[in-house]
Amino acid sequence: MEYQFIFTRVQPHPPSYPGVPLPRDNQARVGKPMHSRLLGLFADAQIGPFYLGWLGLLSVACGFIAFEIIGLNMLASVNWNVVEFIRLLPWLALEPPGPQWGLRIPPLNQGGWWLMAGFFLTASVLLWLARTWRRADQLGLGQHTFWAFAAAIWLFLVLGFLRPLWMGSWSEAVPFGIFPHLDWTAAFSIRYGNLFYNPFHALSIVFLYGSVLLFAMHGATILAVARFGGEREVDQAMDRGTAAERAGIFWRWTMGFNATYESIHRWAWWFAVLTPLTGGIGILLTGTVVDNWYLWAIEKRFAPAYPAVWGPIIDPTR
Amino acid sequence: MKPEFFRKFNFLFGTAVVALAAAAFLVLTFERPTIETVQSGFRGTSMGQVYNTRTLTAVQARNTVPEMDEAIPNDPESPRASEIYENVQILGHLSVEQFGRIMLAMSEWIYPNAENPAESCNGCHVPGNFAAEDMYTKHVARRMLQMVHTINTTFSNHVNANGEVGVTCYTCHRGQAVPAAVWSQEPSNAAPSRMWAVAGEQNRPVTATGYATLPTDPFTPYLWGDEEIRVISGAARERNNNQSILQTEWTYGLMMHMSTSLGVNCTFCHNSRSFASWDSSTPQRVTAWHGIRMVRAINNDYIESLRDRFPPNRLGPLGDTLKVNCSTCHVGVYQPLYGAPMLRNYPELILPTQTAAPAADPSAPVQPAAAPAAAPALN
Repeated sequence: MEYQFIFTRVQPHPPSYPGVPLPRDNQARVGKPMHSRLLGLFADAQIGPFYLGWLGLLSVACGFIAFEIIGLNMLASVNWNVVEFIRLLPWLALEPPGPQWGLRIPPLNQGGWWLMAGFFLTASVLLWLARTWRRADQLGLGQHTFWAFAAAIWLFLVLGFLRPLWMGSWSEAVPFGIFPHLDWTAAFSIRYGNLFYNPFHALSIVFLYGSVLLFAMHGATILAVARFGGEREVDQAMDRGTAAERAGIFWRWTMGFNATYESIHRWAWWFAVLTPLTGGIGILLTGTVVDNWYLWAIEKRFAPAYPAVWGPIIDPTR
Repeated sequence: MKPEFFRKFNFLFGTAVVALAAAAFLVLTFERPTIETVQSGFRGTSMGQVYNTRTLTAVQARNTVPEMDEAIPNDPESPRASEIYENVQILGHLSVEQFGRIMLAMSEWIYPNAENPAESCNGCHVPGNFAAEDMYTKHVARRMLQMVHTINTTFSNHVNANGEVGVTCYTCHRGQAVPAAVWSQEPSNAAPSRMWAVAGEQNRPVTATGYATLPTDPFTPYLWGDEEIRVISGAARERNNNQSILQTEWTYGLMMHMSTSLGVNCTFCHNSRSFASWDSSTPQRVTAWHGIRMVRAINNDYIESLRDRFPPNRLGPLGDTLKVNCSTCHVGVYQPLYGAPMLRNYPELILPTQTAAPAADPSAPVQPAAAPAAAPALN
């Protein structure tokens, strides 16, 4: 059989599929569909037609404004020197207002731009979220993508808006920048006594690594049974064939239990969604409810104690 | 197109992807061996120093001890330096033999190039008139002698924390009139703008902060000024700690400087699971605490106070002096010159009380020496 599932050697080029009919109040999809042999090597060869609509258009516009605000401020910080901009790009940032501003709106050059970029970026992702709902609804789908994206936006909003609001200072928020947001993360953990002792952070890591593990297990299983038609997951879910049986037997043999063709996707969805949900709770509690997670863990008796091999070390200021 | 093309393409493409991934993995994950680790805390705490023997060779080459003569006693039979020479203000109490010896040593440590008519004795003295006061370097040298004395006495808990080591002029100077690692204030990283947010204090890769995006000058607030370094909350729930994350990044920058200066990582002083806790830290943290106070005293009392003496080419771009930080003495090593006790050979550097100016900073606290560094059972 010549048809295979990855690096497809035979690419069917049927007449392009324009999509299901849209309700009357919808704009038409735009663009004449085309086929790309190169993309066909990786996935579906058909590109388009697109549906942007007002929500999509506004979302892209807001995202572009935020992107430009961040980029222009970075460019200004290297005196508009494009070569330096490229060289230093990973280090550059648009920083949030300083702590002296609290929740007030500072001048543009002291954090006002940061607030504005944050506003437009938030507007952009929320508009895209609404678009996700609308598009799924028009196609008659469930809203699983909407809720999954909303979970990610929850963490984004906790970091950049909700927690700073609760703390009473925009300065608690994350800078826009490649390395700066990483250094912010390290400093944030240090300032609040080591985030690794935050149980919600721990849960988030469990779900993150769990997602990776499930993804690998699922991908491996489906590829392994594809020779029996196992990649046609919907067929297999409706009418179990030898691929589904063999996949199930494999996991029962190796770990005594197996997901089904339907339930594995619920596992994956919940693990993915719980990663930012639990992470967001952990961030929101940091500095608002708990100020030092290490000392909190000592208090709750789950941080292990180690012998003081260097003898008593006394704070010299005592 | 023919199927062979795709077979070939798939093969080449797959090979290229795998090769790229393997190269990225190798380059980003590994350092060329040999790596050695030294455990420095209880097992399971992941406290240890990581050394690459190749880089260690280079660091060792920068930290060799010069040839030294044996110390000679202060022979009471000999005439005093002040009786033989004119205008000896600091070292007049020495015997002429000792005086000649320390002068020679200082010229070799600081102006070693005797071929150059501006070096050796002439670095600080007017040729032919050693008593003259015309050279600014002579005034600086006097103050430096008093500084060395203060370091060896007031800050004994830093410089003698691990054995009787002390400092000499060579600890910093290493054969150079201006030590290799000094700092002064730098212009802002970005031209200030009334329109744009340029974050001029941070976001540049500099050695001091380990090429992170932390504030690039952690020296001015902590090693010249005495800003509060501690930011971490001291209780699980604390109402009155308003230290911001930006403030934490300043402290983080200073810590990165200390780490890069000493060629060690965080766990040399801290158990990184709780940077703030003293009871899980190592004795080195106490030594470092005294070191920070020592550097503040050096910069304020012994270097900045000489600002008017220095010619413009010995000042930084913003007009402040060239000051010291941890790198100046440590030069990449946890103990300068690997703890070679050079001071033992140069007792002339310990001054009698009347010539040693009292430390101008009375707030510099005198603390009991750090816990003895006896090798503990790490298990």
